[in-house]
Amino acid sequence: MLDFAALLPYSHVFIHGLITTVEISLLATVLGLVLGATFAVARQYGATWLSRIVNVYVELIRNTPFIVQLFFIFFGLPSIGLKLSAWEAGIIAMVVNLAAYSTEIIRAGLASTPKGQWEAGKVLGLSFKQTLFRVVIIPAIEKIYPALTSQCIIVMLGSAVLSQISVQDLTYAANFVQSRNFRSFESYLVTALLYLFLAILMRKAFNLIGKRLFSYRAER
Amino acid sequence: MIEFSNYDIIRNLLIATQWTVLLSLAAFVGGISVALCLTAARLTKNPVLTGLIKFYVEVFQGTPLLMQMFLCFFGLSLVGLNISAWNAAVLSLTLFTSAFLVEIWRGCIDTLPKGQWEASRCLGLSFLQTLRYVVLPQAFKVALAPSIGFSVQVVKGTALASVIGFVELTKAGTMLNNATFEPFKVFAFVALIYFALCYPLSLTSKILEKKFNVSR
Repeated sequence: MLDFAALLPYSHVFIHGLITTVEISLLATVLGLVLGATFAVARQYGATWLSRIVNVYVELIRNTPFIVQLFFIFFGLPSIGLKLSAWEAGIIAMVVNLAAYSTEIIRAGLASTPKGQWEAGKVLGLSFKQTLFRVVIIPAIEKIYPALTSQCIIVMLGSAVLSQISVQDLTYAANFVQSRNFRSFESYLVTALLYLFLAILMRKAFNLIGKRLFSYRAER
Repeated sequence: MIEFSNYDIIRNLLIATQWTVLLSLAAFVGGISVALCLTAARLTKNPVLTGLIKFYVEVFQGTPLLMQMFLCFFGLSLVGLNISAWNAAVLSLTLFTSAFLVEIWRGCIDTLPKGQWEASRCLGLSFLQTLRYVVLPQAFKVALAPSIGFSVQVVKGTALASVIGFVELTKAGTMLNNATFEPFKVFAFVALIYFALCYPLSLTSKILEKKFNVSR
């Protein structure tokens, strides 16, 4: 009944989709984390008004579905004059989404920094910037690193929704193939396994990066 | 051509919101039931069962919810079951929810000190008695905040049911967009309704978290 051989002629479609998904996820992860870290610092140490604005942004994004954010950016923004290609809209939606979640996660890490670290930095004559970048930020990220990893994986998996605005990612490939050979179950099963593979790979990659990033512990 | 006023748009969206709420409730209740069974199976400490549950969690957390919905929708019709979009959505959201809840609850039960189990055994309590009188009341307190927090993910997950053709809030939004050509307004309304559904849940979860953190 199941016929996976029917997928073989379309392997290049799957590979193309896989590459697009990896590209988009990689870009969104890097941009989203940088933006999230910036917002987290603004939220934790910024002026009250700045902290409030960031908080509204975080709550708005965290309490609405990704697909609605995507539709709003892709369909809604052109009507006020901001025309975006599907690919651009997809990237923006993912970055905006990941940035909101990582803001909240990284902020929790920053908040758990012992006060003594800041005081020690001040006593040693370090400026706010120096204390933040050389003393506080790495241990703060280390504390919340598992949560951050999971969130990045969730956003990568969420990219499946981009197929709905015709970004030619892995899910788009699955839809395309099943519309050609009518092998919907096989097509989606293979795609789901590819996503699972990507998720496991991403966790491994984060662990490797983490080992390097937090290697100061081993040096002592 | 029929004209849609703001009132018409909001009224139609609110009608569709009922289905979003119903789908969320069905998925959450279903997810809790399945997760309870799985947690009970995990507590038996049978290596085969725990291995299977670990695999189950890994698969459902490692694949997109959209894929799970497609597989439920197309997979079950392959074995001859004529499944509606509603059934496929409920089924896939139930499985998705249970996989996350079982993992959340695992963390909550495992944070209890081992001494509690040992003390209960010394007092002559059976496994079920320990569970009923010692472990669950404490684990419940710890689990409440993250479980409610996760319910936000379930409500947001129901938006994906629009892709397999179930008419809920998001689908109603796309349909209204096609009729009115006012995507900015329509999707802003849709987002606001989702926010109105989810924010109280997020807030409750946050408040509970603070409350129980203080007491410990």
